[in-house]
Amino acid sequence: MINEIKNQTVGALLESYPFAAVYFDGHHVDTKGRESSTVVDVFSDFVTAAGEDAVTTADELLEGLSEHVQQMLLFLADDLDTVQSLGLLPGTHKDGTPENFTNITINSGETICIVGPTGSGKSRLLADIEWIAQGDTPTGRTILLNDQIPDRKWRFSPTHKLVAQLSQNMNFVMDLTVQEFLEMHAESRLADNVRDVVVRIIDQANALAGESFAPTTPITSLSGGQSRALMIADTAILSRSPIVLIDEIENAGIDRQKALQLLLSEEKIVLMATHDPVLALMGGRRLIIANGGIEAVIETTENERVILKELAVMDRRMTDLRNRLRRGERLE
Amino acid sequence: MKLVTVCGPPSSGKTAVILKALEAFADRGLKAGVVKFDCLSTEDDVLYEKAGIPVKKGLSGPLCPDHYFVSNVEEIVQWGRSQGFDLLVSESAGLCNRCSPHIKEVLAVCVVDNLSGVTTPKKIGPMLKMADIVVITKGDIVSQAEREVFASRVAAVNPKAAVLHVNGLTGQGAFELSSLFDDEEREVESLIGYQLRFTMPSALCSYCLGETRIGESYQMGNVRKMKID
Repeated sequence: MINEIKNQTVGALLESYPFAAVYFDGHHVDTKGRESSTVVDVFSDFVTAAGEDAVTTADELLEGLSEHVQQMLLFLADDLDTVQSLGLLPGTHKDGTPENFTNITINSGETICIVGPTGSGKSRLLADIEWIAQGDTPTGRTILLNDQIPDRKWRFSPTHKLVAQLSQNMNFVMDLTVQEFLEMHAESRLADNVRDVVVRIIDQANALAGESFAPTTPITSLSGGQSRALMIADTAILSRSPIVLIDEIENAGIDRQKALQLLLSEEKIVLMATHDPVLALMGGRRLIIANGGIEAVIETTENERVILKELAVMDRRMTDLRNRLRRGERLE
Repeated sequence: MKLVTVCGPPSSGKTAVILKALEAFADRGLKAGVVKFDCLSTEDDVLYEKAGIPVKKGLSGPLCPDHYFVSNVEEIVQWGRSQGFDLLVSESAGLCNRCSPHIKEVLAVCVVDNLSGVTTPKKIGPMLKMADIVVITKGDIVSQAEREVFASRVAAVNPKAAVLHVNGLTGQGAFELSSLFDDEEREVESLIGYQLRFTMPSALCSYCLGETRIGESYQMGNVRKMKID
């Protein structure tokens, strides 16, 4: 790869690999006006000009660029989309007794709930999935993708993150408008139709949030419900991670059922840690976590689905009343 | 004994990450110690002591912290060996973002946090660009999108590094980091003859020697002037 890119002109390189611009920028190498020079010349000149301030040698820059291009090509090769199922093989509880299941398979487009008190081992379960545990974590569990032992690259690569997370404590911290923010995210994901993607995310987020917001709204001034809605829509549509972990969805200001449907329609595998009956019953199965391990796997029964229907009616009524309060209406 | 240099901007979560990783390291029956390098003061040594981890503290005071680090690291290695550690962690703050304590042939970790902003990976110099492992912290409080953008910016400036997300509060990811320490095969008996991955800041001007007065006539030695058109 190094030899292949070394003597290309910068112009030609950026034409075939537009994402390489981030690498030049990250290393403060200005390529303006140097499109017809070779990559190796631009790096050499840069290092010479930097003199004693040079951080790297031209060879190191070349090596880094080649690595960056290869990683991005791998990322574009898209094997993230090929994750169809997540499998779990049992390990042990904290006290060393075996976990109470033979194997669990969760398919894309499926939701599974995780229940259990704080400290029971929910975080460890998630960490095992993220790390693709192969009997080498404290629980001794094994994680499979598509029924097979996955490649180790999932462990370290920033571009191959298996799990996206959404939790209650998360906030936007950047000083950008919704539009700018989504564009930035789309560019980092190398999306080819940035404009369409951004419009789609904003539309979906507005469909989830009780109050709608404009593309020009700064992300830090969104309400709690709007933020949550934007995070969910963005994760569903832009995140490449095939597995989404949700740690409770606050019920204020957001349609939780629609939110879950959106994630599932994007073929995500959804793991949801929740003690909210409306959410918990939406999953087909529940993992009961206790004492550091999986104690039981239970299926949602028909009777529970009846309860879910009742709860959904109450939930919608609460949402409706909340919206009317917001609009300044009377509730009687 | 294995050696690892851990650095990162102030308040990025270095100590919390090391504490959690060493907890997992100790669970494997292995013994680790820490040396904490800082400038004026640090209370992190108390945190390590509380966790039962042997610690040495080095304060550079009026000296350049990076020069101080490199002048003492060999002695620290010998201390670690005399204590019978399986692993010695050297923790130092990258105060000006220019330098790095990373040594060739010695595992190098840089800790950065999601809250520091997406332009940070570009601003941090060799301590990030030359690290073998980049640990990203505080992922539990920012959105998924910001985490993804931040990680992709880190990968753009250091494509070769393994990138790990560690939560210094819950310890999520710390076990995984400790397993990378465990995988490290290179043992260090002495650092004599080893080389830094990047030069330390060059200095020796009148201010290095205690000058406080401002003005050209007080400036001697290695002085550089801004170009102002």
